[in-house]
Amino acid sequence: MKILVCITHVPDTTSRIAFTDGDTKFDKNGVQFIIGPYDDYALARAVELKEQSGGSITVLNVGEAETEPTIRKALAIGADDAIRINAFPEDALFVAKQIAAVAKDGGFDLILMGRESIDFNGGQVHGMVGELLGIPSVSPVMTLDIDGDTAKISREIEGGKEYMELPLPFVAGCQEPIAEWKIPNMRGIMSARTKPLEVKDPTGDAPKTKVSKFELPPAKGDVKLVDPDNMDELVNLLKNEAKVI
Amino acid sequence: MAALAFVELDEGKVKKSSLEAVSYAHAVAGDVTAIVFGKTDDMDEVGKAGASKVLSVTDDKLSAPNIMAYASAIAEAMNQEGSDLLVLAKSSLGDPVSARVSIKVDASLASNVTDLPDTSGGYSVKKSIYTGKAFANTNLEGDKKIIIIKKNAIAIKEDGGSPEVVDFAPATNDSDFTVKTTKVEKAEGDILLPEADLVVSGGRGLKGPENWGMIEELAKTLGAATGCSKPVSDMDWRPHHEHVGQTGIKVSPSLYIAIGISGAIQHLAGVNSSKYILVINKDPEAPFFKAADYGVVGDAFDVVPKLTEAIKKAQG
Repeated sequence: MKILVCITHVPDTTSRIAFTDGDTKFDKNGVQFIIGPYDDYALARAVELKEQSGGSITVLNVGEAETEPTIRKALAIGADDAIRINAFPEDALFVAKQIAAVAKDGGFDLILMGRESIDFNGGQVHGMVGELLGIPSVSPVMTLDIDGDTAKISREIEGGKEYMELPLPFVAGCQEPIAEWKIPNMRGIMSARTKPLEVKDPTGDAPKTKVSKFELPPAKGDVKLVDPDNMDELVNLLKNEAKVI
Repeated sequence: MAALAFVELDEGKVKKSSLEAVSYAHAVAGDVTAIVFGKTDDMDEVGKAGASKVLSVTDDKLSAPNIMAYASAIAEAMNQEGSDLLVLAKSSLGDPVSARVSIKVDASLASNVTDLPDTSGGYSVKKSIYTGKAFANTNLEGDKKIIIIKKNAIAIKEDGGSPEVVDFAPATNDSDFTVKTTKVEKAEGDILLPEADLVVSGGRGLKGPENWGMIEELAKTLGAATGCSKPVSDMDWRPHHEHVGQTGIKVSPSLYIAIGISGAIQHLAGVNSSKYILVINKDPEAPFFKAADYGVVGDAFDVVPKLTEAIKKAQG
C-alpha cells in the first residue's frame, strides 16, 4: 500500500502567540515548531498500516526551507521519503492544490492528514483535496482499518460516532484515538538523515484568501473568587452580573 | 448578494448553530434561502431566523448525512438560486461538505468566522485562529464566498416570517454514494456539547467515573451539556466525544464550568472562546484560575452539591 501523509509545521501547543510587522506576521521568536498534533496521529496510523501490510509512506509538507527539521522528524518516525513544496502555505485552497498536484499521478491508496492544522484550525484541506481528485474525503476519522480495497472507518460526530465503509483511494482527516503518537528512536533519527527529501516548486495556483491583520483577544481581567460557603453569591454573580444562567 | 444557508438537523430538530448561520446570512445578504436535508417541523424557526425560502430535500437517499452527496446538492442549489454566498455553522458535517462545495463552485472560504464581514475595502471577515488564542482579519476574493461561522458568535434574530418551503430534488450521482454508513452511535436526548450554551466539565479531581453523578446533576439543573478533560476520556471514565481541549471538542458556550480540572494549556485551548469561565478547584495554584472569570477554591465534593442547591433555590 502506498500512503501519502500530509503534515503541517506549526507552533507547539504551549507557544505564546504574538505578531510582528504591524500585526501582519506571526512572531516566531522563541517558538518551537512541531508536526501538527493531528497530522502526527495520521502519520502514526500510516506507520502501523505499513507494519501490518507493507508498502511505503511519503510525507508531504507545503512550506519554506525552515520546515525541513519537522519533515526529518516525520522521516525518523517512519516515513520512507518526503516532498516539500517550496512555498508559504497561504490558505487551505493553495495547500490543497499543491497536495492534489502531487497526488494526481502518485498512485496513492490513501491520503492521510490531520483533521485540522492547529494554527488556522480550518479543517478544510482534506475535503478540498478529495474534491480536486474526485475521490471520497472523510473527517474527523477516529479509527481506520484496511481490508483489501475497502476501508472501515469511524468518524466523530456531535455526540457520537458514525461507522463507514468506503473504497480506496480516499482522503482522511485524522484525530485521536486513531493511533498512539510515535517517538522516533535513535535508528530512525540516523536513517532519516539520508532518506530522500525532494523539493518541488509550487503549482501556479493562487490563494483565494489573504490575511490583512492579526489580532489578539482582549486581556482577561482577574478572577473573582467566591467563598465556598457562599454559593448564593456565586449564583447571584452568574445570574445578574454575567447574565449567563 | 443572494445567500444560501446550509441548515442541519439533529434528530429532526434544527440545530441552534444553523439558525445562527441563517441570521448571519440574513444580516449580510438580506435575501436568504435555506437548504434543509430531511424532514422537520421547525421550518418556521428557519424563517424567523431570516430565511424567506427553504429548499426542502426529502429524497430518502439524502436523508442520512453524506459528505459527497450533500456537497453536490448544495453546489447545485447555489447554481439554481444564483447564490454568491454560502453560510453554515462549523460542525463535523459542515466542514467536510463545505470544503468540497468550495471547489465545485470555485468559491473562497473562511472558517471559524466570529463577526459580520467588513466590506469597506473588499470583503474582510474575522476568523478565530490558534484555537481561540488570536484572530485573523481575512480578505475573501472572487465572486463566490463560503463563510463557516463559529458557534455562539452570532445572535439569532427572531423577527422573520414563515418561509416559502419548496421541494428540491437534486440530481444524485452514483459516484457520490461509494461511502456507506454502516452504523451510527449517538447519545440520545443529551444536549450536544459543541452546541451547548452552558457546559459543566469534570477532571481528574473527581477521582473516578462513579463520582460523575454530581456533575450530571449540576448540568441537568442548568440545562447544560457535560464535558471532561483529556485524562478523564483517556482513562475511559467518560466517552471521547465529551473530551474538551486542543485535540478534542472546542466549545464556545456562554458559561463553562470547570470542576477538578487543573487547566493545562491543551485543555484551555478548547475553552478559551467561552464568554465566562467558572473554575472550582481545591488547589488555589491551579493554572485554570488565571483564565477564569469566577473561581471557588474548595473541595468539589463539597462545593458542587451546594452550588446545585443554590441554583435550584434561585430558580424557585
